[in-house]
Amino acid sequence: MYGYSGKILHIDLKTKKTWVEDKPEEWYKLWIGGVSMASRLLWENIVPGCDPLDDGNPICFANGIFTGTPVPVGGKFGLASKSPLTGFIGDSLSGSWFSIALKRAGWDGVVLHNSCDRWTNLFIDDDRVQFLDATYLLGKGTFETEEAIRKKMGDDQVRSCTIGICGEHLVRYANVTNDGRQAGRTGHGMIWGHKKLKAVSVRGTKGVKVFDPATLNQLSFDISKTAQGKDTEKYRVYGTATGLLSQNKAGVLPTRNFTEGVFEHANQVSGEFLDEHHKVKVIACAQCPIACEQMSIVKTGPFAGAMTGIEYESLFANSSNLGVSDIRAAIKLITISDHDGMDSISMGVTIGYAMECYERGVLTDKDFACPSHPEGFTLRFGDGESAVKLAEMIRDREGIGDLLAEGVRISSKKIDEERGTESWKWAMHIKGLEPAGYDSRSLKTFAVGLAVGTRGGCHNRSAAYDPDIKGETNRLTVDETRGRVAAESEEYAAVYDTLPLCKFIRRSFTGKADRAGAWPAIAKLINATTGWNFDYDAVDLIGIRAHTIKKAFNIREGWTQADDELPWRWKHEAMTKGPGAGVFVTDEELEYMKKLYYKAKGWTPEGLIPKTKLIELGMPDVAEQIGV
Amino acid sequence: MTTSTSKHAYIDCDPVKCVGCQLCEYVCSFTKTAEYNSYRSRIRTVRVDEVLITAIACRTCENAPCVVVCPRDALTQDPLTGIIHIDGTRCDGCAWCIEACDFGAISINPTTRLAEICDQCETVEGGPQCVRWCPKEALELTTPERRAQKTRRALIAESLEMPTKAKDPQ
Repeated sequence: MYGYSGKILHIDLKTKKTWVEDKPEEWYKLWIGGVSMASRLLWENIVPGCDPLDDGNPICFANGIFTGTPVPVGGKFGLASKSPLTGFIGDSLSGSWFSIALKRAGWDGVVLHNSCDRWTNLFIDDDRVQFLDATYLLGKGTFETEEAIRKKMGDDQVRSCTIGICGEHLVRYANVTNDGRQAGRTGHGMIWGHKKLKAVSVRGTKGVKVFDPATLNQLSFDISKTAQGKDTEKYRVYGTATGLLSQNKAGVLPTRNFTEGVFEHANQVSGEFLDEHHKVKVIACAQCPIACEQMSIVKTGPFAGAMTGIEYESLFANSSNLGVSDIRAAIKLITISDHDGMDSISMGVTIGYAMECYERGVLTDKDFACPSHPEGFTLRFGDGESAVKLAEMIRDREGIGDLLAEGVRISSKKIDEERGTESWKWAMHIKGLEPAGYDSRSLKTFAVGLAVGTRGGCHNRSAAYDPDIKGETNRLTVDETRGRVAAESEEYAAVYDTLPLCKFIRRSFTGKADRAGAWPAIAKLINATTGWNFDYDAVDLIGIRAHTIKKAFNIREGWTQADDELPWRWKHEAMTKGPGAGVFVTDEELEYMKKLYYKAKGWTPEGLIPKTKLIELGMPDVAEQIGV
Repeated sequence: MTTSTSKHAYIDCDPVKCVGCQLCEYVCSFTKTAEYNSYRSRIRTVRVDEVLITAIACRTCENAPCVVVCPRDALTQDPLTGIIHIDGTRCDGCAWCIEACDFGAISINPTTRLAEICDQCETVEGGPQCVRWCPKEALELTTPERRAQKTRRALIAESLEMPTKAKDPQ
């Protein structure tokens, strides 16, 4: 087999036993890698119905098909477990060296079963697995942990996935970091912390072989040169943060906990402002010729010295969404989330929820009293310094931070039960996952895309904001096309998440990002790597299968169509400013679009998957378990 | 820091332009071994503290210390190009050359345990493949003299303002 080793490494964290599972080539043709293969490994290895924190919930890594080759932006891996935030599938992607080291160690995937009995740094040294004591790493942040491991091992090529302090403290939206990138969403860090797994380190010294290297080299060379052109310019020059002003103009920039979609101080927290005042350098993930990570530093004020890479999603959540107009506070907040290891979106949205609770009198100064702040403090929208205090309390699970570390769904339930309030109405989440930076009241195709999303409020899995913002659909109304558009957009995204290739390369194949522009080029890359005979349709099926296995997983874990829901606010309150003013998604509209979507997917009106459909996709075992 | 005293050409990386993507390592290891493996690359990227990034390959030093220290005379330097050649039949992987190199530009093949070094792709059509591939044009094959010229030009461009209007003498 070319491009793959054909081997999945299984490690039992409890008994310290390891075993190798050989997978046939046909299996790889179905599941490819990344999110799809990780989700499939989870499907095969989880104890169905288990609690996300039970030993029956494994940690599944899956490498990419192009990882460790010169194919631009292919150095990524997928990570899957059952999410402690949603109770459904938690599938994340991360980039850079870790995946490449794992590929060179000769593993297409790794499944970690059960839990460690003490804090462990698992070390996969080519074929050898070691359980190293991680006591000396406790209390260290993510970047610090990686560096400490390299120092201890005395080898710069040892690459690690780590959890920071937040994972140790079981913050429900703690994440997993490697090489400055994160498998950011759905709370993997909490699972790792619960399993007492501080880090997984890898050293891989073997080479990666492909079927037709001459062709693969030429294709990769051409794409990496094209990727220096105008199609990637916004990523290279300003990074994703440049989206902030665009979303503000479109009136969908979440502002003050999603009450409005226009932020009056947007110019002071924009990617352009960041570029002018705070940018240090642009850096790349391994194997990426684009380079979009805008490393930004705070030079003045109370947060001087804070430095991290700033992305749009982290930026909206910790600036406009909190009403914060001082970008230095936003950089500090994002530095805390990155270095201490939590999801910057969930963290920002949770702080936004707490700010609204304060503004409405549900929470008061003394609710924020804790050993670090005995008198408590005010938490008004716009107060960056208080937001930083609260982020640190969440990280340390100190005072009310202990509750807010559970995310908005659990926090609001507890607060409402105790105080007889209705704060759940401004607890912004979908299936328990706090949404990304697009106010979807006036993006109605995206609204249904989010509601039906298998991992909750995620902009990466559904890309349906694109047709809405570009004006290919009427974003303020609904019509009979929306189910199909939402289905196609998530299947399109799933192709990239499965290979995986970073989506920022999507226009660099032929200048056109649509299926016709990209799929034939991707098929060529797959064939040169593996020697297979993939065509347009085969590439398209990659995404459909990837999405189907995730949905099947959710069904097996108890999903019903009532779970495909939007936050209360998006269904009952309209914004007052911008192009989206006066609009929200009614119950009737959402139910109508959900039915259209289930139909477009070829599912039953209840959103379940027919046996025939699953067999057609090559999943008879899945059909057996959840098909109708 | 020690610097090369060479009059010869070498591969140089501009740390301002380098983003740490490592494509140079892929293409180098492939050119030399027909496999993609950073451990077999003769050029290596270095990243310290997130934003300090560059890549390093052989600097073709004059009176190259690696050549001088080799106890088995496995290393020789081409007097015309300055390129170091390693005789695999003589090298026994003792790594004295690695200790002698001020740039960390020599590596050991993890399988054969023998030393490996950049030869500027002297037998490859199109010259150094890392330079050809570098997406950010951070790598170049240069000499100390050309490098100095470049620095002078950059300094002047940065520190002096371009006269945009001819001054009217009156």
